[in-house]
Amino acid sequence: MFKSYPALAMDRSDQASSRDRHDKRADMLFHLVVKGCALLVLIALLGAAFSMLWGGREAFATFGWKFLWSSDWDAVQRKFGALVPIYGTLVTALIAMIIAVPVSFGIALFLTEIAPVWLRTPVAAAIELLAGIPSIIYGMWGLFVFVPFMAEHVDPWLDENLGALPITGPLFQGAPIGLGMLTAGIVLGIMVIPFVASIMREVFLTVPSEIKESSYAIGSTTWEVVWDVVLPYTRSAVIGGIFLGLGRALGETMAVTFVLGNAHLLSASLLEPGNSIAATIANEFTEADSPLYLSSLIALGFLLFAVTFIVLAVARLMLMRLAKRAGENRQ
Amino acid sequence: MSVSLFSSFKKQAAVLGFTTLLAADSVHAADISGAGSSFVYPILSKWSASYNAKTGERVNYQSIGSGGGIAQIKAATVTFGASDMPLRPEELEKVGLAQFPVVIGGVVPVVNLPGVKAGEIRFTGPVIANIFLGKITKWNDPAITSLNPKVRLPDQKITVVHRSDGSGTTFNWANYLSKVSPEWKTKVGEGTSVQWPAGIGGKGNEGVAAYVNQIKGSLGYVELAYALQNKMTFTKVKNKSGHFVDPSLETFQAGAASADWTEQPDFYEIITDAPGKASWPITASVFVLMYKQPKDAARSAEALKFFKWALEEGQNDAQSLDYVALPAKLVEQIETYWAKEIK
Repeated sequence: MFKSYPALAMDRSDQASSRDRHDKRADMLFHLVVKGCALLVLIALLGAAFSMLWGGREAFATFGWKFLWSSDWDAVQRKFGALVPIYGTLVTALIAMIIAVPVSFGIALFLTEIAPVWLRTPVAAAIELLAGIPSIIYGMWGLFVFVPFMAEHVDPWLDENLGALPITGPLFQGAPIGLGMLTAGIVLGIMVIPFVASIMREVFLTVPSEIKESSYAIGSTTWEVVWDVVLPYTRSAVIGGIFLGLGRALGETMAVTFVLGNAHLLSASLLEPGNSIAATIANEFTEADSPLYLSSLIALGFLLFAVTFIVLAVARLMLMRLAKRAGENRQ
Repeated sequence: MSVSLFSSFKKQAAVLGFTTLLAADSVHAADISGAGSSFVYPILSKWSASYNAKTGERVNYQSIGSGGGIAQIKAATVTFGASDMPLRPEELEKVGLAQFPVVIGGVVPVVNLPGVKAGEIRFTGPVIANIFLGKITKWNDPAITSLNPKVRLPDQKITVVHRSDGSGTTFNWANYLSKVSPEWKTKVGEGTSVQWPAGIGGKGNEGVAAYVNQIKGSLGYVELAYALQNKMTFTKVKNKSGHFVDPSLETFQAGAASADWTEQPDFYEIITDAPGKASWPITASVFVLMYKQPKDAARSAEALKFFKWALEEGQNDAQSLDYVALPAKLVEQIETYWAKEIK
């Protein structure tokens, strides 16, 4: 036994180095797997973008840049342009965000600061449940319940009271049919609220209570605590949540198809029917009967990709500028 | 590339459906598969069920739309394709396809005017065209009131409702409007989807119907069976011989019977604006496409047997679903055509 001591020591060091090597290998494998996961998303993203660009190349080659600002969409003459769908997509998403952001903020604020504790969990669960409702249900609710309400009560009122105003007037003129950009924007807003609200609520909960309590201690109101402490602390996460909602609003298909009116007509009025990129593709893909028609629809898909990318990039740029200015103010 | 990508997509879908069917019943190696027009789907399913009960043969039909049906049969993944729009004889020649009608359908204008009953409003083709062109915008326009002296029409905007998806219904509707209005023909033309000068778009017959039911003062168009089954407020339309007719199984059949099916090869005949006193002006037919020299001759022969049974004995099924049977003379012509063209 004694004699075997050095041998044992040798054995131990041998064991240690083999374990090191084993660890190193496992580590490398782990790195590769994790890197692969991240790359997979990137590859899928680039692959999707490229295959849509490739599928749409005939449309881009035929119409060139004109594809972007032509309002034609004529399957008989084989003339296609993306202006109407791009315009509809942006306008409906904008209306949706104008509604969804303040409402979601209110929900998150209420649930984290004001609501009695016993109420918080059930309401939060209900909001997360709302996020799980399929969009076609929102579409059917929109068409059968909300559209008649808009047609009878909201549209006529808007037309009468706001339609005659000098600058914003043209936004609210039109026959009260209930379908249109405004209705689609509101339905989208309602769909986006659960996403934005549940993210806002979660990040508001991450604010350390010491910070909030100190603020309360020096006499801040709830509003001041939220506006001056909670929001600055969570700003980037909140804006991330808003982006997520915006992304969903830009790409939403089924609900928009039901309530937007699906008309390739360019109109300033929010009460008139329009079309969005996703709705156009959903409506027309199955029966696109010429290669150019099909290619134009795939090109539209690529443009939705591009539009979403540009909107998100612009938003991120604004965020960076905002962060810079906040830094300067602090100094 | 894009087209082949698209059709291979559909091909996979069809193959998938087909293999599951095979798995379900591997005894019937010679199942008949078809794809295309969603308009004929209800009647083809019913025929398929009755035929299966009688003979044990199965017909697997995928309702993927006329455009998809044409793509499928061209890719030879199905035994037959079905389309609401006939292919030109030259195009059939190029791919070696045969074409024949199986059932009559057609398009009906429907309105939402409170207090107005089905068949009360009378239209002429040019008036409908001008409404869809956006030139007539009010219900009390003299062009409409002069046709309907007995009906009190409101001072209300007409909301045009059209299909937002490509569709054989739209093709027949636009084809009719092109025949009766030169302006429609030059400005809009005909096709499964067109650039609509006015109105809103609903997806499918049910989408158009939902919009028409919701919006007061709207005018849309749907398939006859859809209008009848949902008790929609249809209108009378003046036909080529100057008579105002209601849409019904009888007037549709009259329209189909008055068309001259022998004039063009491969039954290439769009029967809108048909002559005859009782003819409904916007009658249409659904066509089946099959290879003249199919790779799988046995299966193709089975399909022909099925269609022979459907045209001869399946007509009660058709009527019970508000489809219009083919006139007997036309069935004879089709059977002669089969004997001559399909090997």
